[in-house]
Amino acid sequence: MEFLGLFNYWVVIVLMMIGFYIVICSNNLIKKLIGLTIFQTSVFIMYISMGKITGGTAPVLADGITLYSNPLTHVLILTAIVVGIATTALGLAIVVRIHESYGTVEEDDIHAKDKQA
Amino acid sequence: MNSLTPELMLQLTMLVPVLAIAGILLTGRSENVREAVSVIASLIVLALVIGLYNTFKAGIAVEVNWFEIMPGLSLSFRLEAMGMIFALVAGVLWLVTIFYAIGYMRSHHEENQTRFYACFALAIGSVFGVAFASNLFTLFIFYEVLTLSTYPLVTHAGTAEAKKGGRTYLGILLGTSIAFFLFAILGTYFVAGTLEFTQGGVFPAGTSVAVGGALLVLFVFGVGKAAIMPFHRWLPAAMVAPTPVSALLHAVAVVKAGVFTLLKVGTFIFGLDFLNELPTTDALLYLAGASVIIASLIAMRQDNLKKRLAYSTVSQLSYITAGMLLATDAGITGGAMHIAMHAFGKITLFFCAGAILVTLHKTDVSQLRGIGWQMPVTMAAFLIGTLSIIGLPPTGGSWSKWFLLSGALDADQMFIMGVLMLSSLLNIAYLLPIPILAFFPPADGVARPAIKEAPLPSLLALSFTALMCLVLFVFPQPLYELAASITQ
Amino acid sequence: MIVHLSVLQVIIPLIAAPICLLLRKSELAWAFATLVAFMTLAVSVALLSQVMQSGPVSYELGGWEAPWGIEYRVDMLNAPLLVLISAISALALLASRTSIENEIPENRHTFFYIAWLLCMAGLLGITATGDAFNVFVFLEISSLATYTLIALGKDRRALWASFQYLVAGTIGATFILIGIGLMYVMTGTLNMADLAQRLPDVENTKTVFTAFAFLIVGVCMKLALFPLHLWLPNAYTFAPSIVTTFLAATATKVAVYVMIRFIFDVFGFEFSFTHFPLQEVLLTLGIAGIFVASVVAIYQDNLKRMLAYSSVAQVGYIMLGISFASQTGIMATLLHMLNHGLMKGALFLALAAVVYRMGIAQLSQMHGIASRMPLTMAAFLIGGLSLIGVPLTVGFISKWYLVSAALENGWWPVAAAILLGSLLSVVYIWRVIEVAYFKPVSESTPDVKEAPAALLIPMWILVLANLYFGIETSLTVGVSQMAAADLFGGLR
Repeated sequence: MEFLGLFNYWVVIVLMMIGFYIVICSNNLIKKLIGLTIFQTSVFIMYISMGKITGGTAPVLADGITLYSNPLTHVLILTAIVVGIATTALGLAIVVRIHESYGTVEEDDIHAKDKQA
Repeated sequence: MNSLTPELMLQLTMLVPVLAIAGILLTGRSENVREAVSVIASLIVLALVIGLYNTFKAGIAVEVNWFEIMPGLSLSFRLEAMGMIFALVAGVLWLVTIFYAIGYMRSHHEENQTRFYACFALAIGSVFGVAFASNLFTLFIFYEVLTLSTYPLVTHAGTAEAKKGGRTYLGILLGTSIAFFLFAILGTYFVAGTLEFTQGGVFPAGTSVAVGGALLVLFVFGVGKAAIMPFHRWLPAAMVAPTPVSALLHAVAVVKAGVFTLLKVGTFIFGLDFLNELPTTDALLYLAGASVIIASLIAMRQDNLKKRLAYSTVSQLSYITAGMLLATDAGITGGAMHIAMHAFGKITLFFCAGAILVTLHKTDVSQLRGIGWQMPVTMAAFLIGTLSIIGLPPTGGSWSKWFLLSGALDADQMFIMGVLMLSSLLNIAYLLPIPILAFFPPADGVARPAIKEAPLPSLLALSFTALMCLVLFVFPQPLYELAASITQ
Repeated sequence: MIVHLSVLQVIIPLIAAPICLLLRKSELAWAFATLVAFMTLAVSVALLSQVMQSGPVSYELGGWEAPWGIEYRVDMLNAPLLVLISAISALALLASRTSIENEIPENRHTFFYIAWLLCMAGLLGITATGDAFNVFVFLEISSLATYTLIALGKDRRALWASFQYLVAGTIGATFILIGIGLMYVMTGTLNMADLAQRLPDVENTKTVFTAFAFLIVGVCMKLALFPLHLWLPNAYTFAPSIVTTFLAATATKVAVYVMIRFIFDVFGFEFSFTHFPLQEVLLTLGIAGIFVASVVAIYQDNLKRMLAYSSVAQVGYIMLGISFASQTGIMATLLHMLNHGLMKGALFLALAAVVYRMGIAQLSQMHGIASRMPLTMAAFLIGGLSLIGVPLTVGFISKWYLVSAALENGWWPVAAAILLGSLLSVVYIWRVIEVAYFKPVSESTPDVKEAPAALLIPMWILVLANLYFGIETSLTVGVSQMAAADLFGGLR
């Protein structure tokens, strides 16, 4: 039960590791950014899971309901999502410029070209 | 001079050289004016130092506080017997060296002379800072300024060899001072809570002798300028410098700043009683003794005259270090007197070496046979300097050696007595042949060359210092009184 | 007005940034940005003096009370840092117009000032806020602006450096986010003071341990603690020189501040140092960082890269101070943060001047450069001496307290290591001095003039600050002492 009860946290960990792995091992800058986004997304899921309270409903005041989920984590993570999008956008912009000046988005090729210069 | 307060005079000894730098830099275009500035500045400084000496003899306490950097750490100065000796020596010899340098640098056609005189002035200014510092922190600052300001002098020639020498010089002096000396200062501050030079030492009663012993080791090695083995390499390396630099800085200012610091630390930071209790004192004493002997042995094998003199200096410096480590009144007195005696003797020898170089272009001992006929005054001065270094009458060196010997006797250190005796013999072996050979007649059939002496300013300078060696034998009294009053 | 100071500190540059966009013309944008920087400087000085007189200043954003709303809290710990950030920013902006002339294409100048103001707002925000999540938000604002600034560098490798930093920085920031989230789960609050009160009740849970670990690792990434420093040398080397000046003097310091705030204030001294081998880790990595980075610095030909490695080494010193876990230690750390800001600011500005004239700060092309650019190299010399820790400069003061703190703990070998580290800095600084001063001008030395006044004036203001605060230490030492006393006494 313990294991299944923490189901979403396992997802978080798995996603996080996948993302991390891609960031480290991928040679392609776009893929690196994808990995980074997955990595960040896993944390978003973690935050959202944290706010859920078993049996709680949406935090809208109504008669007869006493148990609410915590809305704050969702609000927080909205901010984090915005930040994440900005990061991805900026990262992609840099990759575009890298492509313009190097003609490639592969890390190895970039290093090779820098060595030549 | 009466209108100046002693406090002002003390500060002026440091400020006048600094002002002179500005003057030197501004007048760099015209040789004569630039050198006049140096001469005038050194005359003023000498007058100031003599004025201070009179004040000191009158028993007036002089203290100056500049500012406090951190609580308990201030830049401040005080007039005191040991510093007085050092300042007098430096004051007199700066003037003499300037005269000598004018002759030498011109006839040797050195470049960058403006930088040379400027750095020279800065070095002297910091020597006075070292001499008058009333706490270890102030002393340390001027000690470092001295290192940095003499670096351009050492590398003056600008050749690859000079650069290499300069690197060794800076590397060892700065390295030891940061890694050991500063460490020791911090440790002292941490244990004793003060860095003020205090009669009888600063360490509170009951300070662990292990800590004290460790600090002593750090001090002795950290003051690289005292050139105790194995940190002596910078001295021979620095011999690439022009001779006036070697003379003043490496026979007088820099090396003496080193042993002066050690004497100060031994007397006023540790205190002789505490020094006696430390477990490492004896070991260091033996090391100093070994330095004396080994450096003498190396000196014997040097053919380059300046190198030979450099190793002789290494050996003589360890006399003074040993004097401090003997931890007796006579040892300190002898050490302090030796600062002055060795300064006059060694500077004479360096002056002569430089004079030979600029006049006859000879640098090696083996080339010097018979040159006494060409340069009689120079080689006569060399003979007097040699006698003083060996410690034979009628020269000043005999007094300081006497006190060091009696210090060793007081401390019951037969080893050091033996070292002193042996080293005198070695001195005879490696120094005395030089003037004697110089006065040998030339080989048969060769005409005796005509007299060709060094440039007049240089000749005057070296005659003066040789004369001082003799004078100090006849009138050692003022010096002795100063030296003897250190521990009281 | 006075009441709103702490929020104005952050809001002024934040609002100014979009206004810059409206100004369009780069001269106007520059004048405006500089004006704004000096205004924030005035605000931060006012804040510091107020904190010194009457204790911490607290501000509730939008009038929402503290544990629920966002609180801005300025105390002895962050007030001096605010002054440092805005002062360096103001001085650097003063020099920036000249410095970027040759380094950034004309049409991007306005964007440069915008990014700069945002970066500054972010750094000030991290420092001023009393809310844990706010730290993350401002951290990202400053980071995104920083990536942009670095990518503006002339060399195409700047792009790669920026990307590298973006990846490393985002991972670091996400780690911090995880840490903050886990803390929130356990306590239900994000306000730092509130967290500090509630954490002790739950401090023995795995969640709090994990939160702490994530947070510290994330912050270490941002402050470039060895061996997480890999992004830094490239970023500092290829960023426009004036950006490097600003970042080197402030950005890592802010990350250190976050670390100190969390270790000592939020989690508390006891928790941080008893449950975690924090002391051993920071000590080992700090010393390793000092030695490895210093040795690497010795072999660099590009001076910006050399100083970048030196920065990594200096972070090592700063971490040592924290690892002492004593009041003197933390005081030395705070002092060194301020002092290092001053010296690195001066040094990088001097290099900015060199780059302005020569196009690159390559040591092999600088033979005898001191005769061509005497004032610039004199500034470098003094800054370098300060970095080494020569008496009468700020560097000496920080080293002194750092070693004192080591001795207080009885860690003699560490004290010795600190001094040995200084020896290494002697080597890499002296290499430059030797080439610049004592090598004759050679053919590879470009025929250049002294830097323009716009660079010299801010440079020498920083140099003189290095000397002034090395002699008159009552302000810097006093402030650091009070802050350290607060961390160890009051707040809990």
